[in-house]
Amino acid sequence: MTPSGDSANRAIDVHGLARVEGEGSLHVAVRDGVLERVELEIFEPPRFFEAFLVGRGHEEPPDITARICGICPVAYQMSACAAIEDACGVQVPAEVGRLRRLLYCGEWIQSHALHIYLLHAPDFFGCRDAVELAGLNPAAVERGLRIKKVGNQLMEVVGGRAIHPVNVRIGGFYRAPSREEITALIEPLKKAREESLETIRFVATFDFPDIEADYRFVALSHPDHYAIEAGRIMSSDGIDATPMEFAAISVEEHVQRSSALHARLRGRDPYLTGPLARYALNQATLPQTARDAAAEAGLGPVCRNPFKSVIVRAVELYFACDEAVRLAEEYEPFEPAAVPVPPQAGTGAGATEAPRGMLLQRYELSADGTIKSARIMPPTSQNQLSIESDIRQVVEAGLDLSDAELTARCELAVRNHDPCISCAAHFLDVSIDRS
Amino acid sequence: MTMRPTLAVWKFASCDGCQLGILDLEDELLSLVGAVQIASFTEMTSAVIDGPYDVSLVEGSITTPDDADRILAVREASGLLVTIGACATAGGIQALRNYADVGEYTSTVYAHPEYITTLAESSPISSYVKVDFELRGCPINRYQIVEVVTALLAGRRPVIPGYSVCEECKMAGNLCVLVAHGTACLGPVTRAGCGALCPAVNRGCYGCFGPADTTNTASLARRLTELGTSERGISRLFRTFNSAATEFSKESLEHDA
Ligand code: SF4
Repeated sequence: MTPSGDSANRAIDVHGLARVEGEGSLHVAVRDGVLERVELEIFEPPRFFEAFLVGRGHEEPPDITARICGICPVAYQMSACAAIEDACGVQVPAEVGRLRRLLYCGEWIQSHALHIYLLHAPDFFGCRDAVELAGLNPAAVERGLRIKKVGNQLMEVVGGRAIHPVNVRIGGFYRAPSREEITALIEPLKKAREESLETIRFVATFDFPDIEADYRFVALSHPDHYAIEAGRIMSSDGIDATPMEFAAISVEEHVQRSSALHARLRGRDPYLTGPLARYALNQATLPQTARDAAAEAGLGPVCRNPFKSVIVRAVELYFACDEAVRLAEEYEPFEPAAVPVPPQAGTGAGATEAPRGMLLQRYELSADGTIKSARIMPPTSQNQLSIESDIRQVVEAGLDLSDAELTARCELAVRNHDPCISCAAHFLDVSIDRS
Repeated sequence: MTMRPTLAVWKFASCDGCQLGILDLEDELLSLVGAVQIASFTEMTSAVIDGPYDVSLVEGSITTPDDADRILAVREASGLLVTIGACATAGGIQALRNYADVGEYTSTVYAHPEYITTLAESSPISSYVKVDFELRGCPINRYQIVEVVTALLAGRRPVIPGYSVCEECKMAGNLCVLVAHGTACLGPVTRAGCGALCPAVNRGCYGCFGPADTTNTASLARRLTELGTSERGISRLFRTFNSAATEFSKESLEHDA
């Protein structure tokens, strides 16, 4: 960090905004006491997934797109499956849907526990990392690691591997796990569910800056349950669309000095996906116990304070454990583990809820299944404009803070949305310019 | 305490999955960070200690001119340099660009290709600097990290298998999917290390650990043809997660339609 200038005109450069997934930078310029510019730049080297998917087979996107992000590979696999199945006009049987949801709960558990305890909580204690936090509060960090481990175990049992699962295919799975394998998960999941209630109580005690943002929320919604792996795309201002329709109304812009594309809705302001959006749009479908825990932690039906996203994430962590217990208890092995997905010429889209927000994919196939075009909209490129506007608000409300405090708060404001820069392309470097 | 060796983790073009493996060592994480001093690991900590570093773990491949410079600095600052994963050891999935025209790729993905600086090829770290040890896999097996760090700190050579997934598969007691079901499987030519995960779910190995120490890709390809795999299918099988590894690259070109 390199602070300079007086308080009306200051420049701060932080190299290494840590504890986000990927690399990028944040630039803030304040001139004559007025905020001039906020830019979130993403410098992940481009990897060209949309380009090299062209010419590959329609059965390949689940394995290939998983490699966009090691933190949410299941989200990539599930959106890819949904998109290809949509293009081929195939509907998977209910038992496949339930097993996908169970696998996805594993990813929510591991990713939310990772973010809450290892990436986000240290900020609220002024620690540089979870190891320092473990020095202050070993019980909390150990609890986080225990919960996270259960998420990984679930992904290993259902997916065959926690990072880049091998058991997922279009149409279903290569092998449906045995009843015994799934039953063995129930006790650990119940324990994790208990510990996520403690997590909600733990994060509710954090000290939150008093900021509310006027978000436009977008999330997948389902009438029967808290949407994860399927649903329609809804927004707080009345959008109700299929993934195909949503893909048609969203545009991605390429801004200079960034390898991520910014997503916007045609003719509308930026929007936010992720825990705050899901909670605002879908909390009525959470089980009563989860809603009670949220109320106890002080959450109303909508949470607009980005710093409190950690509480919402904890509520979702509890929900994911609870849902996984339910799905595991009801699980029956099935044969065949996958239905055929014969290729046909056409276009299809699929959207699912990655832990950090909605992830949409769209493919155009030729009759033999060869991919003619691919489009991938990761959550972070959709959230980027909202993150920038959060930071604008944080800076404007905090002009009297010291450079160090303001920088710390800006970094936290970025981490609030658990951005995955490997997804959006990659980021990690803050500079505040007050000159 | 001051004698603890320093460990740094670096990221180049990658998905973060291999370094996430370190955070996934839930049971070992706190004792691992007790045994070494984490000197730089941005995904985990905002604390950074200046080099030199006793051990550097490098994830990701080199795809931009800046990264080509940065890896030289990392090498310079590191005692031992260990690459982790298919990206760092074989260019990763993004090496698929090596078989295409990157200019075209850039304009497929980006509206303003002029904002993007990128190299024509995605290359393993060893194309740029000396590498002391390589861990394979997309992603790596996280327990191999524990083994490598422990061994290097103890001054011994890490025990990491160079034999094929087939051997691991037999040891795991799996049914051979190639023999029993005629499923296309890269197990005979792929390096062990994952625990033969794919055959365990009735799926053929897709080669994410790259070539084993000794391979006969041509004979496997003949067998796959007999089983009815198309030329295009064979080419793709060898050209996905480790497409820039010499043996796989050669075989994929043999079947390039
Ligand atoms: S080798 Fe695979 S898992 Fe590891 S960083 Fe590269 S893409 Fe991710």
